Formats: sequence, structure tokens, C-alpha cells
Amino acid sequence: MNLPIREQSGVLIVEVGGRIDHSIAEEFTRALEPLLANCRQGQAPVLLDFSGVIYISSAGLRVLMMASRQAKAQQGSFAIAALTPLVQEVFTISRFNLIVPCYASVDAACKVLGK
Amino acid sequence: MKQVVFWGTRGSLPTAMTSHDIREKIVSALVTANGRSFRNRAAIDEFVDSLPFAVSSTFGGNSSCVEIVADCPEHIICDMGSGARPLGQAKIARFGVPNPQTYHIFVSHLHWDHLMGFPFFTPMYIPGNRIVIHGCHAQLEEAIRLQMRAPCFPVDYSQAGAKIEFDLMTPGKPHFICGLNVTPKLQLHAGDSYGYRFDSVDKSVVYSTDSEHKLDDIESFDEFIRFFDKADLVIFDAMYSLAEAASVKSDWGHSSNVVGVELCQAAAAKKLALFHHEPIHDDKQLSRLFAETRRLEQITRGERAPLEIVSAYDGLIVEL
Ligand SMILES: [Zn+2]
Ligand SMILES: [Zn+2]
Repeated sequence: MNLPIREQSGVLIVEVGGRIDHSIAEEFTRALEPLLANCRQGQAPVLLDFSGVIYISSAGLRVLMMASRQAKAQQGSFAIAALTPLVQEVFTISRFNLIVPCYASVDAACKVLGK
Repeated sequence: MKQVVFWGTRGSLPTAMTSHDIREKIVSALVTANGRSFRNRAAIDEFVDSLPFAVSSTFGGNSSCVEIVADCPEHIICDMGSGARPLGQAKIARFGVPNPQTYHIFVSHLHWDHLMGFPFFTPMYIPGNRIVIHGCHAQLEEAIRLQMRAPCFPVDYSQAGAKIEFDLMTPGKPHFICGLNVTPKLQLHAGDSYGYRFDSVDKSVVYSTDSEHKLDDIESFDEFIRFFDKADLVIFDAMYSLAEAASVKSDWGHSSNVVGVELCQAAAAKKLALFHHEPIHDDKQLSRLFAETRRLEQITRGERAPLEIVSAYDGLIVEL
């Protein structure tokens, strides 16, 4: 799984795209691993740009929860931004919007998380 | 199989509506009526039917008890929650006494909310009736007897007038009962629980409650997809939100509407009944969950045939 990375206002922005379903959840976990390893206090916040994600299943949501947990344990900051309206609805229906920080846009997230 | 009748749909604990709940419904209805007057009862009924479910009705509060009406004179029941009391009354009213009947009861597991209706299931006191209790727990008979013994209950198990038999089933293997193939499946729940798949020549119904699904256990997901395969109706434990089930209520042994939709979609099931409702949720919250589940199915459907969603309530009859 290829996750292009860029930097904006001191935030590591990770581009995620396509369908995040059961078949790809494990690969998604592995792709996030090196980024999360550095997601700790004093390091750049990690922000997933979800504008290219068209579907996410429960297994995909779990990966985000685990990532968010790990970041929190390391006192780093991890968030998701720019969810498409349908993916946003899945977050609301599953109540994952309450356990993983979500921002309306990358710019909005950078204003809060960046320097 | 002809239909499925829901006698108890509440999870964990029977749950009564409060005066506050009823008052809110009446106020809502009167606000909607806005001073309108009605010619007769039919006009009133028509107006009531137009109100949202949470205003005109209730999901009800009896704990798990579901009847499957098949093409045989014997009765098929899943679990003996408190919904077994009205079910027993309905059978007595319909068939009278004495009029010997056979009841097949499939027990998902031995937690109290799934057994507590048995001492109130009147047919068990009537000689001539035959009750076959099917299950997969070795302690099935012991658990049934335990709750009908002093100091737990005033009437001892030995007072049962009906002939009671126990049938220990083997998970994963179809058993031919009442013209149906009944296959139990082990589920993740404290002390284990079992789902049951009922297959007739042309219809399939799955009863799968008190069953947790670990989101990273792909093997188990695949097993359940096969268990639900092309079912006409899947009765599914949707007690928690996905986030609750995966985080604060992880290992509590229950599932969510989201996983219900995913499994049923992958299994190409026709209908999903949300079941084992959280006692904390009132009718408004359950209606919201129902609407959200329908919406989720709609936005994730893709090229698949639509999956019909119902939210089970005490008294609901689903035609197969
Ligand atoms: Zn239960
Ligand atoms: Zn239970």
C-alpha cells in the first residue's frame, strides 16, 4: 500500500486513497507502522488526508483506532482530515467520529496541529 | 418456514417504559395533531399510523425470545427470555388446555436474560405438553433447573407438568428437527454462545445473538459470512455502536449494526433484523439507530442487491 507523504506547517500529511476494507486492513496497518513509530511527543503530528478514500469498513476503522491509541500512548498527535461526505457518514454512524480526531480539511487540521 | 415472530427483543435486562416516556409520546402526538379533530376511530388510527414509530409505538422491553413458524405443527422458539411469558400465553389462548403441543426451544446460551422466561412459560406446567430444550452447553439442564429452585424461585422445577427433554447439539453439524436443518455455531461471548441457522427447502433464517465480532479476526468474519450465506433473515446482536464494541465495551460479548450490515452484505443475505437492544436506549435512540443502519446499507451497497433492514420490536412479525 503506497501512502504518499508531504509536509505542511510542520505536520506530516499522509495521503490515503481507495477502499479501506477487510482485505487491505492488515496492509494498511503495516504501512502506517513506521509513521506511527515517530508519532510521539515533540515530533511532527501525523495527519491522514482521507480525501481520496471512497469506502471504509469496520476493519479499516479499527486500524485508525489502534493508530490513534498508539499515538496517544506516545503523547504524539494523530488525526484524520478531509473525509468525503459518505465516509464522514460512516464515521458518524459507527461513532468513530467520537474516538478518532477528525477535521473538515487538511488546512483546518494544520491550523490546530501545526506550528 | 412461514414467518418469524419477535416476542422479546431487548438485550441483557427486561426494560419497562416509564411514565415520562409515555407522557413524551402523548405530548409529541398532540403537538403533531395541532388541534385537529377526528370524525371517528378510523380517522384516529390513520393519524396514529402516520406518526413516527417512536411516537406511536415502542420497541418493547421483553428480553430475547423469537418464534419461528414453520410448516409443522410443532413450535420452534429461540431463547426463553422474558418474551416467553406472552408467547406461552398466546399459545394457551390459541390451543387451549388440554391440547398437547410440542415446543422446541433453542438456547443460545445460559445467561439469565435468555432463560428467565422459562418459569413463566405456562405450557411447561401443563401435563401433555412436550418441551424439547436444544442447546450446546453441557450445563444446559443444570442451568434451567438452577433458576427454578429455592431461594431463586417459589416453584420448583419438579412441578413442571410437561415432559421436558434436553437435546445436546453438536456445533457445526446440521440436525434435522421439525422438517428443518438446524445448525448451531459457536460464537464469541462470556461462557460461549451459539447461533442457530434454520434451513427449510426454500428459506433460511439465522438467529445470532450475544455474539462479539473482533474486527481483526478475518477468519471468524469469513466463518460468519458462510453461516449467514444467502439467508432470508439474519437476527443479529446490534446492541452497541461499532466504536463502543471495539473500544470501551470490547470483550463485553456484543456486536453492532455496522458489523451486521457488513456480514449480511458479504453473505448476500436478504434481510437483517437488529436485535438485543441496549436497555439504556429509548425508542427515539433505537429509531435513530435504525434509520442510520438503513442509511449505512444504502451508501455501502454498491452493485449488490439491497439488504432490507428491520429493527426488531416486541410483536413484530416478519413474513418469510
Ligand atoms: Zn443477552
Ligand atoms: Zn449473554
